[in-house]
Amino acid sequence: MDAATWSSYLASVLRLAAPLLLAGLGVLFMSRSGILNIGMEGMMLIGALAGVVGASYSGNVWGGLTTACLAGACIGALFGFLVITTGADQVIIGTAVNLLGLGLTTVFGRSLLGMGTETVKVDSFPMIRIPLLADIPLIGPALFEQNALTYMALLLVPAAGMLLYKTNWGLAVRAVGENPLATDTLGVKVHRVRYACCLLGGVLAGAAGSALSLGILNQFTENMVAGRGFIALSAVIFGRWTPSGTMLASLLFGGAEAMQLRFHWVHVPYQFMLMLPYVLTMAALAWFSGRTKQPAATGIPYKSAANRNG
Amino acid sequence: MKLTKIRADTANASVPILETRNLVKRFGSFTANDNLNLTIRTGEIHAILGENGAGKSTLMNMLAGLLEPDEGEIVYRDKPIRFRSPRQAMEAGIGMVHQHFMLIPALTVAENVMLGLKNGRGPWFRHAKACADIRRLSDSFGLDVDPVAKVGQLSVGQQQRVEIVKTLYRGADFIILDEPTAVLTPPETEELFRVLRALREQGKTIVFISHKLNEVESLCDRVSVLRSGKLVASAPMKSTDAAELARLMVGRDIVPPAPRPVPAKSEPVLEVRELSLRRKNAALLQRVCLAVGEGEIVGIAGVDGNGQRELCEAIMGLSVDSAMEGEIRIRGSLVLRPKPKTMTELGVGYIPEDRQQDGLVLPMSIGENLILKQFRSKRFNRLFTLKRSRICEAAEAAVREFKIKTPAAEHPAGKLSGGNQQKVILARELMQRPKVLIAMQPTRGMDVGAAEFVHRRLLEERARGCGILLVSTELEEVFALSDRIAVIYKGRIAEVVDRAEANVDTIGLRMAGL
Repeated sequence: MDAATWSSYLASVLRLAAPLLLAGLGVLFMSRSGILNIGMEGMMLIGALAGVVGASYSGNVWGGLTTACLAGACIGALFGFLVITTGADQVIIGTAVNLLGLGLTTVFGRSLLGMGTETVKVDSFPMIRIPLLADIPLIGPALFEQNALTYMALLLVPAAGMLLYKTNWGLAVRAVGENPLATDTLGVKVHRVRYACCLLGGVLAGAAGSALSLGILNQFTENMVAGRGFIALSAVIFGRWTPSGTMLASLLFGGAEAMQLRFHWVHVPYQFMLMLPYVLTMAALAWFSGRTKQPAATGIPYKSAANRNG
Repeated sequence: MKLTKIRADTANASVPILETRNLVKRFGSFTANDNLNLTIRTGEIHAILGENGAGKSTLMNMLAGLLEPDEGEIVYRDKPIRFRSPRQAMEAGIGMVHQHFMLIPALTVAENVMLGLKNGRGPWFRHAKACADIRRLSDSFGLDVDPVAKVGQLSVGQQQRVEIVKTLYRGADFIILDEPTAVLTPPETEELFRVLRALREQGKTIVFISHKLNEVESLCDRVSVLRSGKLVASAPMKSTDAAELARLMVGRDIVPPAPRPVPAKSEPVLEVRELSLRRKNAALLQRVCLAVGEGEIVGIAGVDGNGQRELCEAIMGLSVDSAMEGEIRIRGSLVLRPKPKTMTELGVGYIPEDRQQDGLVLPMSIGENLILKQFRSKRFNRLFTLKRSRICEAAEAAVREFKIKTPAAEHPAGKLSGGNQQKVILARELMQRPKVLIAMQPTRGMDVGAAEFVHRRLLEERARGCGILLVSTELEEVFALSDRIAVIYKGRIAEVVDRAEANVDTIGLRMAGL
């Protein structure tokens, strides 16, 4: 295997990791505030469709991205309303969002993009090539010749880290996810913080969906997210609920997917290659369960201190 | 200079900083605080004494903004106040250190203290500045706190100090501590007292909630005693002593029981020898020896949390995650590995402390709850199905006999009132004609009429020859029903006396460990 093949493999690793990373960061913020979101699949699908629709109606890819983020924000707000204000079970609502996403996008995908066999093709994100650095052998093209959204995803990692660990709001988010009662007694508005995280998660989910539909596959097809929403969740767990961990995990899982696409000369039936990302996910979850500590208040709806103690 | 300071404090000491006027708080039909008129003076350490359920925490939660009063008013620094949230209380200068700490173990001390506060301009959390500020503050009060450490790694005493720093950082002048020494070792307790005295020197007012008489005696300036939601006394510590406080806490109005036949000395139906229980390196029971004879009621008196529950659970085989040593004998025969099923088959009935969690299946009907222990018997069971009509009959009989107030016998148990739920449990246990009955807090939360019914039934069982082990925090109940009284303190039986020879004052003191 020569350098050129490796180089193009590494480039595709990053490209395929971008949707996982964006979705993962969305899940990360929600998880840190104590909300378990297994509905990323549905959110990404909605973002993917919204991205294509927005791009084809506005004529440019950034219009698509904006539409995707807005659609994601709406779904994030709905999710937030159901699990925060109503206090419904987060796993059930997440499943419902997945089904909703699949149903909505299948129906509206056809009506908005046409029922014919001719699928709507849209422009992808512009490629950005950093001269000189991109000429570095092997890793040059991978790191310095990527589409704009991939760069944005990578830049969001340190931004998320700063937001979570260096700001007062980030401290509030972390505190709410660990002990909402204690945080409430100190005057922090628990529900408001969680809503903000749901909105942020939704926006990132929308961006992730459009990274898939606009950035990689250049079209929308039914159920195109194909389980990546769940892989994003496991990336967060694998990455121990940190932004950098999520990034490394996304790269790992993106690498598995890229391997499945490229290495056809290995005499393994291609179905096993298709399985690889999901098998890695299961192995990661099995290995790490019990060794990592998730935010202590994950999955538990919070009733404010004034409403309890009946 | 120190002399002048003391004089200044004495001058302030007569000025009240907080007063409650006819304060009332109810939870449903239960009155937790009943017309409290409490006065706390500036710059003093004021103790609030009382047994479990006396209303101490409810009162303090109202001062700290977690609850709102139903009637009456609270006057702080000459202004009537009504806090709707802990934040409002904090802004007024009232800080509370809860019994269960409001800390986040995964975050550092600085992050815990600064949470919810504006830390300089802009959105950035300046960790270094926070640490410096906290170090300065804690040094000025003589508190030793490391702002960089993760709270989860601190000892309990250190965590408590972080809680105190949290209130001081927010400018608290009035600090409430809820049972602070419940979780501390003796040296940590001494350290806490040193800190509290230092805070008093600096003019802070401290409210110390406790049921530990000796600590209150050594630390506090004035003391108020709550009993059953009422304020029964409020006086300077100097003018009273532990014995009188104990008496005030448990109450003097103990009615002597109606005369009844003394049970003949016979083989004990329940005997516990050298029973010890350990869980995660904590000794919950230490070499407990107890015997309950046929037709005898042995009452266990003690403050909640001294091992009563663990003792009853150990006998029934309900202890989890624990190592048990010692012997349990039912009617003379040794039970090697107690299990609920074995114990039930041997004729042991069990009324648990938490009737809703452990005693009933709330969504199920009264009838279904009644047969929970007997559903396999031929009376209620055919080959593959339950005999619904028989279950209904049993339910209706129970409702009649125990006067359970319910619209229908098939009503779900969860919809009954607390007292009626207890009657269902009682009916279930007594239906099996037990030889031994373990009854924990049998009349908790019940009105007088229902409680009297339960007492009468227990005495009937006693006359029938059942040996009853009664656990209750209500000393009046223990005195009214028991033939012999055992006091449990920190997992040990401190004393066992015949009812006739028992003295409320002594029992009260033993319950407090003296």
